[in-house]
Amino acid sequence: MSLVQSTAAGMAGIRGPLDEESREWLRCLSGTGRDGRGTAEREQALARLHELLLRAAHAELRRRSRPTGVEGREQDDLAHQAADDALVAITSKLDRFRGNSRFTTWAYKFVILEVSAKLGRHYWRNPPVQAGDDTWERIPDRFGADPAQHAEARELAGALRRAVAEVLSERQRRVFIAIIVDEIPLDALAVELGSTRNALYKTMFDARRKIRAHLVAHGYLNAEEPRTP
Amino acid sequence: MSGWQALDQFLRTDPQDVGCEQAMEILDIYVDGVLKEGIEATERRYPGVAAHLGACGPCGEDFAGLLAAAAGAAT
Repeated sequence: MSLVQSTAAGMAGIRGPLDEESREWLRCLSGTGRDGRGTAEREQALARLHELLLRAAHAELRRRSRPTGVEGREQDDLAHQAADDALVAITSKLDRFRGNSRFTTWAYKFVILEVSAKLGRHYWRNPPVQAGDDTWERIPDRFGADPAQHAEARELAGALRRAVAEVLSERQRRVFIAIIVDEIPLDALAVELGSTRNALYKTMFDARRKIRAHLVAHGYLNAEEPRTP
Repeated sequence: MSGWQALDQFLRTDPQDVGCEQAMEILDIYVDGVLKEGIEATERRYPGVAAHLGACGPCGEDFAGLLAAAAGAAT
């Protein structure tokens, strides 16, 4: 069974037919062209797809709002690595494409996720110097507290710090402090801890819930509506 | 918004939140939905993904990046 046939079979029961452009991508990438042109068509399609992925990787590296510290030749190398790895992943998973999105959107997802993963690893090549204990004092700034309202800022930082110390597990505390206090990107922390984005997000999810319950119980936050100043 | 309000917003969790894996699994479908039907209709169709993308910074970044790439490809 050809890739196009197996993909079509796998799409049984899926809403909507494959759009024409996506069908053409699959046909060319699976090398099922007529008159023995399949191999040449596939090579051309692979080159065209790589070009799209590379352009997307460059655009994504430029777009990221957080300063990545990746510029010039390094950025170019990282974009090429992301495009190369995405192309390998796409060609090995073509039979998983179900046609629920356009092929190009499905393909771009691979390169965007590659960029994220590579930036997470790149962070540790030149991590910013940690400021030490006084980083807790900058917490109110991160939540937009008015610098002129010193009492409120101190109260917020103190209440949050006590909640972190009293209600979180050791693992939750470590992850929360790394992400919120030390501002380590979640993907970079996943690399450092040998974990995954999903696992750390769940840890943070539970930590947020526990801290909020603690702050509500101690009268800092309202159980239902956000506290007004 | 005061610091307390911002902290409260950050700490609030949505039980519909599907987490990173499920959100990334259908991110391409979600993005094409946004481009075709608009953000509000897509959020109504996939409320758990919408909740996650609003709460998870890295997945939100991936969503914005994929949306930009797909929007460029669609024009």
